[in-house]
Amino acid sequence: MIPAAEVVELSRLQFGLTAMFHFLFVPLTLGLSWILVICESVYVMTGQQVYKDMARFWGKLFGINFAMGVTTGITLEFQFGTNWAYYSHYVGDIFGVPLAIEGLMAFFLESTFVGLMFFGWDRLSKIQHLGVTFLVALGSNLSALWILIANGWMQNPVGAEFNYQTMRMELVSITDVIFNPVAQVKFVHTLAAGYVAAALFVLGISAWYLLKARDTGFAIRSFAVAAGFGLASVCSVIILGDESGYTAGEVQKVKLAAIEAEWNTEPAPASITVFGWPNNKTETTDYAIKIPYLMGLIATRSVDTQVTGIKDLKKQHEEQIRNGMLAYDALVKLRGGDKSDAVMQQFDTYKGDLGYGLLLKKYTPNVVDATPAQIKQAAHDTIPNVAPIFWGFRVMVGLGILFLFIFVASFWFLVRKNLAPQRWLLRLAVVSIPLPWVAIEAGWIVAEYGRQPWTISNILPTRLSASSLDASQLHFSLIGLIGIYSLLFIIEMYLMLKYIRLGPASLHTGRYHGEAVTAPAPHAA
Amino acid sequence: MLDYETLKLLWWGIIAVLMLGFALTGGWDLGVATLLPWIGKTDDERRVVINTVGPTWEGNQTWLITFGGALFAAWPLVYAAAFSVLYVALIFTLFALFLRPVGFDYRSKLENPRWRSSWDWGLFVGGILPTLVFGVAIGNLFVGLPFQFDDTMRVSYGSGSTFLGLFNGFSVFCGILAVAMTTLHGATFLYLRTDGVVAERARKSVIVFGLITAVLFALGGLLIHALSGYSLTQIGDLNAILTPLQKTVVRVDGGWLNNFHGTLWLVPAAGVGFALLAALFAGLRWRWIGLLASSGTVIGIIVTATIALFPFVLPSSLDAASSLTAWDAVSSKKTLAIMLAMVVIFVPLITIYTSWVYRVMRGTVNADSIHNSTHSY
Repeated sequence: MIPAAEVVELSRLQFGLTAMFHFLFVPLTLGLSWILVICESVYVMTGQQVYKDMARFWGKLFGINFAMGVTTGITLEFQFGTNWAYYSHYVGDIFGVPLAIEGLMAFFLESTFVGLMFFGWDRLSKIQHLGVTFLVALGSNLSALWILIANGWMQNPVGAEFNYQTMRMELVSITDVIFNPVAQVKFVHTLAAGYVAAALFVLGISAWYLLKARDTGFAIRSFAVAAGFGLASVCSVIILGDESGYTAGEVQKVKLAAIEAEWNTEPAPASITVFGWPNNKTETTDYAIKIPYLMGLIATRSVDTQVTGIKDLKKQHEEQIRNGMLAYDALVKLRGGDKSDAVMQQFDTYKGDLGYGLLLKKYTPNVVDATPAQIKQAAHDTIPNVAPIFWGFRVMVGLGILFLFIFVASFWFLVRKNLAPQRWLLRLAVVSIPLPWVAIEAGWIVAEYGRQPWTISNILPTRLSASSLDASQLHFSLIGLIGIYSLLFIIEMYLMLKYIRLGPASLHTGRYHGEAVTAPAPHAA
Repeated sequence: MLDYETLKLLWWGIIAVLMLGFALTGGWDLGVATLLPWIGKTDDERRVVINTVGPTWEGNQTWLITFGGALFAAWPLVYAAAFSVLYVALIFTLFALFLRPVGFDYRSKLENPRWRSSWDWGLFVGGILPTLVFGVAIGNLFVGLPFQFDDTMRVSYGSGSTFLGLFNGFSVFCGILAVAMTTLHGATFLYLRTDGVVAERARKSVIVFGLITAVLFALGGLLIHALSGYSLTQIGDLNAILTPLQKTVVRVDGGWLNNFHGTLWLVPAAGVGFALLAALFAGLRWRWIGLLASSGTVIGIIVTATIALFPFVLPSSLDAASSLTAWDAVSSKKTLAIMLAMVVIFVPLITIYTSWVYRVMRGTVNADSIHNSTHSY
């Protein structure tokens, strides 16, 4: 018995919300940790106190954010088991590996040294402390590597094979899983996006101090670090974003077609739809504005390769569903003990499409007795709702271009030593602080919503992946999570804003805006 | 190259080691948090208590995260069945665990006494509630959890899988034992790391909880005798690919003690003996050796439980054959081998750098040390 539709939808909602909430905190951890390393390195090399203060002040904000990252991260690890038990069984042999390595190699490093980073200033030499900060940055970034290897495998499940005895996917090649092209591109793109978020965070707050003409020495140096770091990062996000457009994987093909709202396969090189309103019912894009040739060039990097349209993908999927029925038929016989050559051969021939057969479970538990109408419906299910993917992508790219502009302009005026009069730019930097988060969440919607109806592309439908829980259990957890997360978010934002307003004076060094000359230091960290 | 059976056995050991890693290091953090409202009477005292574990608790909790990750990779069926059958209990645990990172980091960021006292209670709940649930969960392993597998290996749950269904006499007893054990461990840690009135209160707690732990654990030996154990009567070649439904399992009254004979009885004896020794050493004001004794208790109690269950890891009360064992709930040979290599490389490394961090942060924590440092919670 597969779980009730309501339970699956609630489980999806819960995972989506908790993952997106977690990813409000991750980008800042990823990027800010390197900004701390940069500030502290300058301090170690030049001995200038202000760079130590920078490392400590931005480190304070890092800490407030980091606590929330840890709080919300543990939910995700629990949830695969609590809400996605069948998924955990079906792919744990592969998917669990990067998660476990993440714990051993990365998360341990990050969380063991993060305490020392905050508490060790008086107990370590300058070099030792810099080393500790570096290890925190390394740990958090390696952590992202392993998580994105796991996520990349969901998009493009390489290096694994179905074992009919254990009724699950099993690992064939760990190197294929690690060097999965989708995972590698995702890793670099996601990291660089986090760096942009952190850079704009520091840039915007520093701009605010500059606008208020307070702590200018501190602020201009922070602004400079953020502008340089941000410019390099935003360039890599855009370049590597392009890379992720055309890498391997069937789900990626569907996503690409959805991103471009390409309903029909167009002759190469395809035109790009800049704007429009994709309509899943009519399979057309209303009010479309198109630019010829561009999409074919971006997506395939050639003038003669086609991008397959949604209608053609659907036809292919219908074929694969029919193959999947044959694979399922053989699987049932194999599990029933019939291991004759004919059955084995049938299974081996079609097992690549077993996942497509499982899409039918939703309509008929026996799969093999599906009617042509059910097959058509299942093929229809393989195309997610196009509009959120289409628009999510455009929001992400549009904001990316804005960030490029901000960092180029900031860098330009900084180098020309003409920043202070550009109050428009400083104001723009301040109001843009939240925007990288919008771009990042939009990117995740494209990647994960675009993966539907699969949890593992071509292998395991979402509908089968969930635990067979009661809807009431989901109501309890969803209400609790939303309530607690909202409360914690308010508290976090309150503290963040309080410390941003206090500025480097919160270090109680007596050197900054609004401090009495002999400030005591009773309560810190 | 190791054969599959050896790998399966090694992984049973590794999972136990990871659990011990958390129980020993995360254990004193949880115990210290449980003692926080009772040992810290003033704000300064509470800050002393918090700062004994503040710089290091995060790394220690990673043992729990890694334990979860290792279950996922090495025992995917256990991870899937255990986490989903314990749904509501684990969600509650999660809520309590949420309070820890923010509690430690945010508490002293504002001077407001109500703010601080709210977080102090939050840290207390974040310490005692997960410990209680983990204890109740382990107790339920001996009673059996209400899950079963169908032919596609999908897990479904019996009517007893409600939250309240988890609370039976034995499981609640185990929950209380877990709280007593971690509180003892937290107290020996606190006694070692503090001085003055805080240390004196910690010392008394060691004596009290040392005695309670010893009595409860010994009593557990009697209670478990009244339970119906599980016994494996038939299973395929341990070196081959096995799936849970292929074996036969019978219930045996008092069967959970059948694994113990000869020198193995020393393990539960250590659980009782070291708890008494911890109390004795606190009486003698021996600090270091007291922490070693409470560590001995933690190891003795947890290893006793794993030996008693072996080869079971997740018995089912709904369908005995669905019970999961170290032989048939495991990943493929390849995955076990790769993950073994990772554990062999990283666990020693983690131990080394964690020890270094403790070395750097060593020394007595008291009101002076907190006020003199700009870097404390």
